[in-house]
Amino acid sequence: MERFIDNWPPMDLMRSEKMTLVQLIVPVESAHRALSYLGELGLLQFRDLNADKSPFQRTFVNQVKRCAEMSRKLRFFKDQISKAGLLSSMRPVMQPDIELEELEIQLAEHENELIEMNANSEKLRQSYNELLEFKIVLQKAGGFLVSSGSHAVSERELNENVYSNNDYVETASLLEQEMRPGRSDQSGLKFISGIICKSKALRFERMLFRATRGNMLFNQAPADEEIMDPVSYEMVEKTAFVVFFSGEQAKTKILKICEAFGANCYPVPEDITKQRQITREVSSRLAELEATLDAGIRHRNKALTSVSIHLAKWTNMVRREKAVYDTLNMLNFDVTKKCLVGEGWCPIFAKTQIQAALQRATIDSNSQVGVIFHFMDAVESPPTYFRTNKFTNAFQEIVDAYGVARYQEANPAVYTVITFPFLFAVMFGDWGHGICLLLGALVLIARESKLSAQKLGSFMEMLFGGRYILLLMSLFSIYCGLIYNEFFSVPFLIFGGSAYKCRDTTCSDAYSAGLVKYQDPYPFGVDPSWRGSRSELPFLNSLKMKMSILLGLAHMNLGIILSYFNARFFHSLLDIRYQFVPQLIFLNSLFGYLSLLIIIKWCTGSQADLYHVMIYMFLSPTEDLGENQLFWGQRPLQIILLLLAIIAVPWMLFPKPFILKRLHTERFQGRTYGMLGTSEMDLEVEPDSARQHHEDFNFSEVFVHQMIHSIEFVLGAVSNTASYLRLWALSLAHSELSTVFYEKVLLLAWGYDNLVIRLVGLTVFAFATAFILLMMESLSAFLHSLRLHWVEFQNKFYHGDGYKFKPFSFASLTEDED
Amino acid sequence: MYGFEALTFNINGGYLEAIVRGHRAGLLTAADYNNLCQCETLDDIKMHLTATEYGSYLQNEPSPLHTTTIVEKCTLKLVDEYKHMLCQATEPLSTFLEYITYGHMIDNVVLIVTGTLHERDVQELLEKCHPLGMFDSIATLAVAQNMRELYRLVLVDTPLAPYFSECITSEDLDDMNIEIMRNTLYKAYLEDFYRFCQKLGGATAEIMSDLLAFEADRRAVNITINSIGTELTRDDRRKLYSNFGLLYPYGHEELAVCEDIDQVRAVMEKYPPYQSIFAKLSYGESQMLDKAFYEEEVKRLCLAFEQQFHYAVFFAYMRLREQEIRNLMWISECVAQNQKSRVHDSVVFIF
Repeated sequence: MERFIDNWPPMDLMRSEKMTLVQLIVPVESAHRALSYLGELGLLQFRDLNADKSPFQRTFVNQVKRCAEMSRKLRFFKDQISKAGLLSSMRPVMQPDIELEELEIQLAEHENELIEMNANSEKLRQSYNELLEFKIVLQKAGGFLVSSGSHAVSERELNENVYSNNDYVETASLLEQEMRPGRSDQSGLKFISGIICKSKALRFERMLFRATRGNMLFNQAPADEEIMDPVSYEMVEKTAFVVFFSGEQAKTKILKICEAFGANCYPVPEDITKQRQITREVSSRLAELEATLDAGIRHRNKALTSVSIHLAKWTNMVRREKAVYDTLNMLNFDVTKKCLVGEGWCPIFAKTQIQAALQRATIDSNSQVGVIFHFMDAVESPPTYFRTNKFTNAFQEIVDAYGVARYQEANPAVYTVITFPFLFAVMFGDWGHGICLLLGALVLIARESKLSAQKLGSFMEMLFGGRYILLLMSLFSIYCGLIYNEFFSVPFLIFGGSAYKCRDTTCSDAYSAGLVKYQDPYPFGVDPSWRGSRSELPFLNSLKMKMSILLGLAHMNLGIILSYFNARFFHSLLDIRYQFVPQLIFLNSLFGYLSLLIIIKWCTGSQADLYHVMIYMFLSPTEDLGENQLFWGQRPLQIILLLLAIIAVPWMLFPKPFILKRLHTERFQGRTYGMLGTSEMDLEVEPDSARQHHEDFNFSEVFVHQMIHSIEFVLGAVSNTASYLRLWALSLAHSELSTVFYEKVLLLAWGYDNLVIRLVGLTVFAFATAFILLMMESLSAFLHSLRLHWVEFQNKFYHGDGYKFKPFSFASLTEDED
Repeated sequence: MYGFEALTFNINGGYLEAIVRGHRAGLLTAADYNNLCQCETLDDIKMHLTATEYGSYLQNEPSPLHTTTIVEKCTLKLVDEYKHMLCQATEPLSTFLEYITYGHMIDNVVLIVTGTLHERDVQELLEKCHPLGMFDSIATLAVAQNMRELYRLVLVDTPLAPYFSECITSEDLDDMNIEIMRNTLYKAYLEDFYRFCQKLGGATAEIMSDLLAFEADRRAVNITINSIGTELTRDDRRKLYSNFGLLYPYGHEELAVCEDIDQVRAVMEKYPPYQSIFAKLSYGESQMLDKAFYEEEVKRLCLAFEQQFHYAVFFAYMRLREQEIRNLMWISECVAQNQKSRVHDSVVFIF
């Protein structure tokens, strides 16, 4: 038997990959190339040998800084390209590889060019804006100030303008009163015209009013065109204004306020012919500038396009270089300063690949000395590495979310692949809903290559990541739905006719006297005749409840058996004898016996009350079972089982800590010296490594620990079994809920002979099915299934205190970004 | 309802308290400062800061870096966090958060007014203003010639308006006046903030009154020290002290008549909480006083996080971040000017 187990073919997922600590001694000249090859391979996890140094004290800090600077430039280009509205997703053209130094120079050139162009275009844009604003002010303010020879006329016209253009009736009349005496003083009235952001106009006006104590007239008109802000490249709405005031002091104040508000003032001549002349001039210069600006933008876009072709490649390259230097920073210089020494973890199977890569690096960099690569002894526990594929990955994620497996521990993910979707389906059994899920899963899988390339939302990404889980869940729920015989809660006669029929042809007493069985039982699943009968619920409940217990017990036993394989693997006879055996006995003598009773009851059709049997097994084990006896010899068997269970508890509690104590005292008997570690190792041990400390054996701690474990298991045996009843509860809830939607919504609406009501009923039914049953119910079933795996199953054997293998790999680099 | 905050606080304040505590976890630690102090160039500092929460704010800065850029970006982060919290806040927390910025507002007003008095460019001044204390019409401050105008034109729209009622004079602005105005405003602000916190009640009132009292006392000491040897009369000096705090009222009487720093020290040593601060200083020295006060303040601010369900954590967080930015500024300046021996002179470790 033992040999048989040992000879099993190895399976990748059963246990994590065998890892080993390796040391690399790389000559400086080939170090960079060697690491980039390793990064492409992605199977070596480097240990940080310089953890005590701060980032800028490390060897390759300058290169890292240069890379950071380059990636900053690349981000700048990306930003500029997206601002210019160019598409950066062009197919990269094949081009010769360039060196990092070359790239750095190129990037600097491009950046300088771009900055210069930006500065130029900004200057142009500014003068363009000024002219544009001037033009607007001329147009708008000109309306306010139509002047001809005499002031009187100008004022009258001005007032008329005010009347016609604005609704400032009161202000205008006020002005009229104030201005009349001013008519004698010809130079009394002055004005300033300008333009200001629309959002600031109101506050500007208020401020002007306050500063001049109301002795001013503010006219404004919104500009027809929006003006681009040269800094943020956003279009801003502006308002042209004209302020009339009198007095020199007011003028300085108003000018200061204009400055403070960022309002640009432009002089507008009062003379209308002059105005026209200036307007013409401005317009022509505007046209000129526009042409220049356009040419500038075209030039800039061309430059940006030439950058954007290479952008993706460059970004990738810089990112890789940075990763290589970051990793190089983890290496140590050896004494001669000619070699770099690195340590890391790699899976044993990758040895040849890594050696080949290093060989290649040596040859390619014309190095005199090859890279030395050898295994080392490790004190700390290696990282956990599972080679998953796209199918098993999601299941491994489910397990890892609870805790990463200890190195080489039995991996529950293998069993989770089937048990997880199956337990889900037990709660979600309905083949109609199952088909809906299946369609969804198939869509996701069919568009796999397309979807994996693009960015998805967080919800969609989760769904996509779990597409194979979804597939299996849907298949199993179709299977369970066929057993429950529910299609959107409607039973179908798929596997032949029902085993029951009415007593007579009228079927009048079907509800009072029931049906009679007239042929063999329905071949697969639940007989459709149960549906709608008075005894439907009691029958289904009893069925599902018992089924849950059977499934739960099988699941938990699997967990305990896995703990045996774990103990075997780690050669811990102690755990097998004093943990695995009593646990198995305890669980099965109580709940295994219950399962046995359930099966016997199903097979024999007995009327025995199982509650009674189980309860009185504890209360009065010697008493006669009476009519609840299911088989011969049940009573002595019960007594034996009970005794076994009682023995099992101290069995798992006491021996282990005492034996451990004895072992410890034996090991250190007569020794006055502590264990000597090899001196080399001690020097290199990191303070926070997961090194196992043998030093102190604290008996009370071990004992308390064992006590907690035993109590947890004994109580857990009851509570975990009860916990599996959630399978029944959720399945019941699901079928009842879908019955309600089917009968109370769809059938009710169908009862009316009205198309509208029927349609409404159909929509409500469809939405309820989609959102409540397919989304919320499946989520809840998912979570419950998750819990059953994490708690009830995994606490039997899973430690989950390992850490993940994170190899230095360029492939994972691209995933991290963005 | 003191003692029952746990019942209701989380309805409105729970989310923000969680956020602010999360932000606090991002404050630089002593290990960070140790690393920063070892930096050789500003690029090193940038590199180290990119590994912290400041990363996204600094990573796009081109390489020849200036101290001002670092400080500016770090402040930007604080401002972003503040704005985010302010957006989420409901009454009375939003008012509380706004109160925190009034101090900066006063400083900005004073900065602009002083600047225009010395005929500096307004835009240049605006860049120097603390972004937390910005208000809409701040640029217009330059227009005002005297305090009455200042008030009537600009400040009447700002929350500072009520504080101004005490210092409206028609005198022209000069340096002395402005400094008195700053202190009068600050006094009114602290008193108002103190009253507001008392009104809030509960743990907020308890902790904030402690923090604000410390602030008021520190200002009283600073006013005293700075006014020694100036033409400020005793009564005027007395008027600038806030009417609460540990020193109020007897300490104020004594401080008002102090003629040199040792007299101030004698007054302050009567108060046990301040004894330890002055015990660190040698006689006649006032240079290190600021640092000693900052250290004490940081200690008190950190303690504010020990209690839950109150608003003082927001105040404490903002102050701690400001202290952190001051530290970063000092370190960057020292590194930039090759004065690394002086790095530790003014850095106050927060944790």
